Amino acid sequence: MTVLLEVRDIEKSFGGVQAVRGVSFDVREGEILGVIGPNGSGKSTLFNCILGQLAPDRGRVRVDGRDVTGLRPSRLNRLGVSRTFQLLQVFPQLTVRENLVLAAQEHRGTRLGRLFGAPDVGLGPEADRMLEFFRLTRLAGAMAGSLSYGQQKLLDAAMAFMSGSRLVLLDEPAGGVNLTMLADLRERLEAINRETRATFVVIEHNMEFVMALCTRLIVLAEGRIIAEGPPAEVRRDPAVIEAYLGH
Amino acid sequence: MSAGRSLLVGLALVAVLALVPVDLTDIGLPYPGLRRYGTYILTLWLVTAIAAMGVNLIVGYAGQETLAQAAFVGIGAYLTAIVTKAGVPFGVAFAASALVTFVVGVLLGFPALRVQKHYLAFVTLAFTVLCWLVFRNEQWLTGGVMGIRDIERPSFLGWPLRNHVRFYWFVLGITSILTFVLWWILRSPWGRAFTALRENPLRAESLGIDVRLYTLVAFALGCAYGGMAGSLYAPLVEFIDPSPFALGPSLLFMLMVVIGGSGTFLGPFVGAGIAVLLPEWLRAWETWYLLIYAVLVMVMMAFFPGGIVGLLSRLLARRGTATGGRP
Repeated sequence: MTVLLEVRDIEKSFGGVQAVRGVSFDVREGEILGVIGPNGSGKSTLFNCILGQLAPDRGRVRVDGRDVTGLRPSRLNRLGVSRTFQLLQVFPQLTVRENLVLAAQEHRGTRLGRLFGAPDVGLGPEADRMLEFFRLTRLAGAMAGSLSYGQQKLLDAAMAFMSGSRLVLLDEPAGGVNLTMLADLRERLEAINRETRATFVVIEHNMEFVMALCTRLIVLAEGRIIAEGPPAEVRRDPAVIEAYLGH
Repeated sequence: MSAGRSLLVGLALVAVLALVPVDLTDIGLPYPGLRRYGTYILTLWLVTAIAAMGVNLIVGYAGQETLAQAAFVGIGAYLTAIVTKAGVPFGVAFAASALVTFVVGVLLGFPALRVQKHYLAFVTLAFTVLCWLVFRNEQWLTGGVMGIRDIERPSFLGWPLRNHVRFYWFVLGITSILTFVLWWILRSPWGRAFTALRENPLRAESLGIDVRLYTLVAFALGCAYGGMAGSLYAPLVEFIDPSPFALGPSLLFMLMVVIGGSGTFLGPFVGAGIAVLLPEWLRAWETWYLLIYAVLVMVMMAFFPGGIVGLLSRLLARRGTATGGRP
């Protein structure tokens, strides 16, 4: 399988604290890679370095062989890389449907063309499909801010897939979601991965969720990779048990 | 409200406003029309509303701050006064005011938008002071504190606009066009992008929205609305001096948007109406009107942060709920 994301020797420090220390890994097309580790292990910093929200001190990031290190998140998104955030990041004063259209509008036509074209930039049918896929159709006209936390999490995930991104980085998608909604979310993510071959990198604390969803895991501790492999293998790794799973 | 219905309501409002200064007793209706001063106040309201629309775009939609709108109104006013007195047609002066203030907005915004919110407010505050000093001190160009007098009202397609009602109609026409342009922008994907900037720039950037570019465009467009308002202000008042373009009026533009309803389409019209009409209604109370205005702002901020339009929307929504959604 083709390597879609290459992360090489990423390092990032904040003052005297080295948050990420020479992390390297590849993500193959269609793979669901989980990134786990205890609090403060550098997962979110690594994500932010990959996604251009932080400039790494050292190292390179390549998507499809193209060096994207330090590229602004908006440019990276237009290259087919999306993300969700740890904390909810929907637009509360837009409707659910508007949130979805917004999530893909910059991928349609030219900026000037969008000013003179239809308000939904022809994304209506795609938004409807996504609403149906994430079972949000009945909420299409509701303000995103009026949705329950779990529904907003689903919308947040749906937005990441709206532009047909090939690579999606999900930062704690299961955080704060109830069990019913969690099963729903996992099922939807698996279905998208199956149907579109979209590639995911998932940071998650919910071990049950991440073990069930991901095909491979890397484990970070103190900014370094301490283990890598299939979930069942990682679960048995003594270094992982020591650093993370042992409590 | 659907786009078609919004346009119809807008056209109906324009038609009603066009009739306000007209004497209708000739056609048997008991309405004598507004007098000269009333028409002047109404025209001033429209001009002020154009500038406030610009502030609303920057503050209410794009989520930035500006204390420079009076300076941009001043740039438009001085540019129009100077070039029309030199014989340049008003149309050219108006277009130049829009273009120059847009470009100045870009030049000011490009470095200034590296900082956000209240830091941006301070940068724009400094710009206002700088402009005011130029208006006051560069006597060879601006006439200094003596200002520029006898600014002529233009003609439109050979139709002289010296008459106050004709000039009002002219300003009403331009206000309608500028309102339509802003409505179009705000209902387009650009408008959605502006809302995204205000609500969550981090998420907007991650969705491919070029936050810097859209913020700059919103800021420069807002400034251009100020410039165009200034271009109409000069021939309306026929005399300009630096005082209406100082820091105080810039703050007043911000307050208009807050009182009317920041981020609501009609908010600037309501806010500008209060700012222009309140001093007239409270004329007998002289400077007390500022105190009343200040109390009004404090009450609005404390209890109705959505401004008057936000408050009315809430009341209408509540009424709709109480009647089971029936109109």
